[in-house]
Amino acid sequence: MDCDAFYASVEKRDNPDLADKPVIIGGGRRGVVSTACYVARIRGVKSAMPMFQALKLCPEAVIVKPRFPAYEEASRAIRQMMEEMTPSIEPLSLDEAFMDLTGTARLHGAPPAVMLGRLILRMKNELRLTGSIGLSHNKFLAKVASDLDKPRGFSVIGKAQTAEFLHDKPVRLIWGVGQATQSALDKAGIRTFSDLLRWDQQDLHARFGSMGDRLYRLARGQDSRRVARDPRMKSISNETTFASDTSDPDILDGHIWRMSEKVSDRAKAKGLMGRVVTLKLKRANHTLITRRVSLHDPTQIADRIYRTARDLFDQVNHDSAYRLLGVGLSDISKAADATSYGDLLDPDAGKRAQAERATDVIRQKFGADAILKGRALR
Amino acid sequence: MKLSIERGTLLKAVSQAQSVVERRNTIPILANVLIEAEGEGVSFRATDLDIEVVDKAPAMVERAGATTVSAVTLHEIVRKLPDGALVSLTDDGTKGRLTVEAGRSNFSLATLPKEDFPVMASSEYTANFSAKASVLRRLFDKSKFAISTEETRYYLNGVYMHVAEAEGGRMLRCVATDGHRLARIDADLPSGAEEMPGVIVPRKTVGELRKLLEDDDADIAVSVSETKVRFTTDKVALTSKVIEGTFPDYMRVIPTGNTKKLEVDASEFAQAVDRVATVSSERSRAVKLQLDEDRLVLSVNAPDSGAAEEELGVAYGDDRLEIGFNAKYLLEIASQVDRENAVFLFNSAGDPTLMREGNDTSAVYVVMPMRV
Repeated sequence: MDCDAFYASVEKRDNPDLADKPVIIGGGRRGVVSTACYVARIRGVKSAMPMFQALKLCPEAVIVKPRFPAYEEASRAIRQMMEEMTPSIEPLSLDEAFMDLTGTARLHGAPPAVMLGRLILRMKNELRLTGSIGLSHNKFLAKVASDLDKPRGFSVIGKAQTAEFLHDKPVRLIWGVGQATQSALDKAGIRTFSDLLRWDQQDLHARFGSMGDRLYRLARGQDSRRVARDPRMKSISNETTFASDTSDPDILDGHIWRMSEKVSDRAKAKGLMGRVVTLKLKRANHTLITRRVSLHDPTQIADRIYRTARDLFDQVNHDSAYRLLGVGLSDISKAADATSYGDLLDPDAGKRAQAERATDVIRQKFGADAILKGRALR
Repeated sequence: MKLSIERGTLLKAVSQAQSVVERRNTIPILANVLIEAEGEGVSFRATDLDIEVVDKAPAMVERAGATTVSAVTLHEIVRKLPDGALVSLTDDGTKGRLTVEAGRSNFSLATLPKEDFPVMASSEYTANFSAKASVLRRLFDKSKFAISTEETRYYLNGVYMHVAEAEGGRMLRCVATDGHRLARIDADLPSGAEEMPGVIVPRKTVGELRKLLEDDDADIAVSVSETKVRFTTDKVALTSKVIEGTFPDYMRVIPTGNTKKLEVDASEFAQAVDRVATVSSERSRAVKLQLDEDRLVLSVNAPDSGAAEEELGVAYGDDRLEIGFNAKYLLEIASQVDRENAVFLFNSAGDPTLMREGNDTSAVYVVMPMRV
């Protein structure tokens, strides 16, 4: 199930004045389009398009700042409806999820197609939101089907139709085939799935590595990935694009702290820790700098993430202003049952971590802004 | 160059040289060993630009000369030759090949010009002293487990060798720490070492040095400058750059007010820790110590894998205490104790714990506890 222009639809639902207007969800002068409603899409506005370009295409568009709490609430309500159909749900984002309905027909007394129809109807009646359904025998085809006749789509790709369906479809339908893979495929003369069928597995593997193996199977409509309720998270990262380029170390320091705190908040909420800290900087000319370092033991503490990212920042030879800064945590594991009391050489680290835990409790009770570090205000 | 040498002697000399050579190398000459034959002997020199080792061995030199060949290849060949064989090395200086002959085996190895081989610049050493191999071995063996592998704090990637003021006067001291445990080992200050600058001896050098220290009574000549350190036996000279940077003030890390004293048989303790740690979680490796009147209960409770408990009779007379540690750290520290009981001094469950051998303060270890 994939909601139709989800953020924009929530906004239109909550503010009927917007109903017939082109609406773009996104933030700031420097931002990009997060979601465009279908009215705006007619004018050529697309997701991830820079805002100025979107406004050139559609000057009368109403720009709405995203209200994530509202989207999260709508997403939860939809998730609730899905839970009634199957326990096997893999959300891809707030507005999109895989459901495994294998074996549910007898339980519900109706085949999956009927149940999905009811889901869409419930979403429309109870939440006033619409979505598109793709029903098939594996994840790859279900995803492809859900995009087939959006919005309010309902597509089924049966096992028997798979070969015929894929035959003349372009290979870029495959999730993960970006421009680079596409041009590599072009060079090999592979454009459609039927082109792929002419290759044997060894040749594809030799040419494209593990991607080649995947292509071989997907060309035959085979995809054995399971619908995973809690897909293993590989990394947690946050980044921010500044309102205007800056090289001011104090301002950048504030950003490092805020991004570290966001990453830490998410890790704590999910009970995860990570061992590798990454700092990402984008120069004004859009070139990218990334630095990473492995910690001795995994952490979820904002103070530790911040200090590590700050060390990385200090090691960079700063020769330009920056437009973006990001902090990430990877090599993720479940938060351990036991953690070290800290670093012999940094005796205050333990105290700072304790202070942070205490702060977290206060923030949980009185809101995220109830208590702040001074450097968060930079 | 033409010489003959006994296989065992050659193997020993070449194996020390080849272990200094970095396996992955972008500069071809650094994969080679420089062989120099003159008078009554031959020397083998290898370097990774940070460490240089020169091994001297007696040989029958027919024609003096020098050349360089792949250290690893030469080592492999010599290793596979039969024991007791007489090996001859010949380089006629024209074909760019070194011939290695032993019995019916004959090898021809590619050489690189000896002039290209980088020889480490000599240094003005500010302190020269002599120490028994057994003394140096104790200093480095007991501290090296605590060397850090962390890239950011590169100054912890070695053993800090320096002169320190201790209770018994000035000492030659080695300290290593990774921020989770620390080892501080003292030895009597050899004469001539008084003016030695403190140096951080890199991990790899510590490993290479160890090979020079097998013979207890051997005298090792040590030379130290601000930037280099050199260890010399009658056969081998090991020269190494030291790690630039300041070693942290470790004294404030070593707790002085810990009063809760546990005395335990070190090997019994280590075995018990090892047993219960079998079920500890892969990541945390946490072991809990519960101390009560003359009783120690070691336990592990890992929700994902299981639980374990073992009781030990110990000497302990203080308040009840529960404290957690990384099992690996406890094992490493307990295995340093070789003569007497291990004495642990605790403060609270959140404070660094101190460990030493009996009442001997010349080897002191600190370990950070875990929250369990």
